[in-house]
Amino acid sequence: MGEETVHALRGVSFDIYKGEFVTIMGASGSGKTTMLNILGCMDRPTSGHYILDGEHTEKLKRDALANIRNRKIGFVFQSYNLLSRTTAIENVELPLLYNSKISAKERHQRAVEALKMVGLEDRMNHLPNQMSGGQQQRVAIARALVNDPVIILADEATGNLDTRTSYEIMMIFQELNRQGKTIAFVTHEPDIATFSGRTITLRDGLLKKDSVNENIQDAKAAFEALPPPEEYEL
Amino acid sequence: MSPITLIKISLRALLRNRMRTFLSVLGIVIGVAAVITMVAMGEGSKKSIKEQMTAMGTNAIIIMPNRDRRGGVQTESTESLEEADVIAIRENATYINGVSPMMTVNGQAIVGNNNSPTALSGVSADYLKIRNYEIEDGVMFDDEADRMAKVCVIGQTVIKNLFPGVDPIGKTIRYKSIPLKVIGTLKTKGSGDFGQDQDDVIFTPYQTVMKRFSATTNIRQIYANSIGEGYAEKATEEIMGILKERRSWTKPTDPFRVFTQEEMIQMVTSTSDLLSLVLTAIAGISLFVGGIGIMNIMYVSVTERTKEIGLRMAIGARGRDILLQFLFESVIISLLGGAIGIALGIAASEIVKNFMNWPMSVSITSVIVSFGVCFATGVFFGWYPARKASRLDPIEALRFE
Repeated sequence: MGEETVHALRGVSFDIYKGEFVTIMGASGSGKTTMLNILGCMDRPTSGHYILDGEHTEKLKRDALANIRNRKIGFVFQSYNLLSRTTAIENVELPLLYNSKISAKERHQRAVEALKMVGLEDRMNHLPNQMSGGQQQRVAIARALVNDPVIILADEATGNLDTRTSYEIMMIFQELNRQGKTIAFVTHEPDIATFSGRTITLRDGLLKKDSVNENIQDAKAAFEALPPPEEYEL
Repeated sequence: MSPITLIKISLRALLRNRMRTFLSVLGIVIGVAAVITMVAMGEGSKKSIKEQMTAMGTNAIIIMPNRDRRGGVQTESTESLEEADVIAIRENATYINGVSPMMTVNGQAIVGNNNSPTALSGVSADYLKIRNYEIEDGVMFDDEADRMAKVCVIGQTVIKNLFPGVDPIGKTIRYKSIPLKVIGTLKTKGSGDFGQDQDDVIFTPYQTVMKRFSATTNIRQIYANSIGEGYAEKATEEIMGILKERRSWTKPTDPFRVFTQEEMIQMVTSTSDLLSLVLTAIAGISLFVGGIGIMNIMYVSVTERTKEIGLRMAIGARGRDILLQFLFESVIISLLGGAIGIALGIAASEIVKNFMNWPMSVSITSVIVSFGVCFATGVFFGWYPARKASRLDPIEALRFE
């Protein structure tokens, strides 16, 4: 029995520039997860190059990749991945714990700032199970921001949330982008892609389309246009 | 990542699973407490045996006829000790500063309505210094002046039994119908090697026993006292030389058996050494089982926290950081268990000592060694699970449900 090599991505080439908000779209099996793993320095391409912030990453060892993830990348996952029984602030501090250059005091200050940016300054000592899904995802975004990364990678970050909350999260991403953050957002929902400035579509491991979004939807306006939440009579 | 931060992370993880942490700590606690208590028990009995034997007289040497084996039956040898041997040893031996025959008669000592089942010991004046007895009141008899005299010196237990509330000096004890006048009393000495009461003694001149009680010229045992620690062997050789010379002894075997205090201590302590070893081995096994408990818990913990490990790696933890985090967890568990176990072991030793009257001696060595073993246990049994955690692939780990 031989091992079959599957080429999840073939001949895909693109640049993401500083300050861009890019959506990577594709159906399942299109290679978008592999793309995300390479962009996130979790995996290395078998051939080709990935240059992040001027640094070639394809030949780096495990530890060096871990350092890049720690200093240059912020992850936001579909299922939040917060540490249970750990307060919001401690969850946000976590990436900085693995950076020995940052003192405990600075760590705390930066975590507080990051939580303020996502509007959770009054939930700092809450545990994940005391927060709603949207709030948990905002903690996760704060965690992705706290190390001031070169790029924020979001993997189906709205996948577990209802439309209202999804729009709220997109508002935060748009606000961060306005402040100059580079964001790559992986999703399979075309609706979500309309909030970004550019959409890269993958299909069967190939780059199918790379287009600038002429008509960027404003998340705040979209949120306000939604019908008010249903009121249940108790 | 600094070690302090790692320790904090490990502690936090342990606190998040209090019950599980408690149970794995408990495994180590029991192991260590068992080791400490068992070693204390072994050491204690060894120490108490040594103390008791020292109390008997540090440099004592006992000479007795050799036993022949004929057809599997032990018999007294034909060669016997005599008074002349005692005198020859006293006069010629240079490594000896006291020598005394020991003749025992069993019977009842009677004074009026009181009696005491105390053995009568026929000895010479030197016997006091050989066995570390001291006169409290009156005098010890003199070997020459009191030769065959009907006098005795008695211990505190005998005084209690025969002369309650009366000064015994000058009074008379009847032993096998023979009246013995009390001329001296002994200071109290406590219980001896094997629990016998060393104050339950009546001493009388050995010639008195030989002439009046046993009607024999043979002496059963001779006690001697070497001039100091380390001279026992030289003294033994010298005594044996004197005894052989008197008999013009040419056979290759010795005519008499000689026990030194040192030999006896070695004999008894080697037995209790073995006991200590067995006890410690059993306790060690329970510590080992505790270690396996830690390993088990750490494995469960690694599997259960696969997603957490994946997340930590995704946000920049290196393999080494993860390895150390889990290693610290197991070391903290084992050291905590060690500390509690040591405290518990010492407490248990004290309880056994005070309530069950068993001699216990907690040795510093066992405390240090236990703590060291705990550290090693934590590292050894934590290593494999920690390494497994550190080698996880972050992508796979994050996807783990």
